[in-house]
Amino acid sequence: MRIGVITFPGSLDDRDAARAIRLAGAEPVALWHGTPDLAGVNALVLPGGFSYGDYLRCGAIAALSPIMSEVKRAAKSGMPVLGICNGFQMLTEAGLLEGGLIRNDHGAFICRDQELQIENTSTVWTNSFTPGGRIVIPLKSAEGGFTAPKDTLDRLEGEGHIVLRYLGANPNGAQRDIAGITNAAGNVVGLMPHPEHAVEPGFGPDTDAAMRSGTDGLGFFTSVLRSLVGV
Amino acid sequence: MPTVIVDVMPKDMLLDPQGKAVAGVLTRTGHAGISGVRVGKRFELTVDEPVTPEMHRQITTIAHNILSNSVIEDVVSIRVGTTHEQ
Repeated sequence: MRIGVITFPGSLDDRDAARAIRLAGAEPVALWHGTPDLAGVNALVLPGGFSYGDYLRCGAIAALSPIMSEVKRAAKSGMPVLGICNGFQMLTEAGLLEGGLIRNDHGAFICRDQELQIENTSTVWTNSFTPGGRIVIPLKSAEGGFTAPKDTLDRLEGEGHIVLRYLGANPNGAQRDIAGITNAAGNVVGLMPHPEHAVEPGFGPDTDAAMRSGTDGLGFFTSVLRSLVGV
Repeated sequence: MPTVIVDVMPKDMLLDPQGKAVAGVLTRTGHAGISGVRVGKRFELTVDEPVTPEMHRQITTIAHNILSNSVIEDVVSIRVGTTHEQ
């Protein structure tokens, strides 16, 4: 299975995402924002970073990149698409996910290992998690406050489109503690925390067992593989 | 050449942490009597020809679809003006 990772000017975590894909057992394919060609990949990751220096709005200029019309077409035809952090911002800017992300309510960049509740295990990116399970992966962002009009929030909640919620103190003012959402079809998921930074023992968050041994992020990548091979 | 000025503000109902930080520094530096600050954006679009109704419509579309995100921001004004340098 081939999973594309799109690099935009200012992407930071594209190589980490590619590494996570490889560790999960798939083949990462490097894609470039300026080339409107998905190279026949089976799924896509829009990685974190600061595309275009967060100019205009986070993810706004990247959402108008040449490759994004292909991404939109693929997403609408059911291809799995995961947006991480800046990638999540791009998906909202591109209209593939609802809501928007605004500056953290406390005004500061936050970087910490974040405990999350898995709210939806029926998406292609979360089907290998346990319903109601808890995971810890890094959160590192300045504009992670998920927001949407109240009726949209009610609908997201009512239809089970909230995929992840922050546990403990809300880190950024996200409404209803929302850390990640999905589209109705469950193939497009966006989240602010970074699963790709918690995929390999020795380089992940601390756990009760050992320092930096956390690999909870791997589940996102094994989930999509499971969806793609149909087991 | 004519300039079209587009002003975009964060939605009233949303917290504006940037504005709050600026308000905080005003208080700290002894500027009493200012109870709040909100920070928005001003875009100056230089137009090649005099602004026709068609161009105004085009810029209105740009303002709503690209310069702002209606989930988090409002376009509060679109007007023909001069750049701040002039």
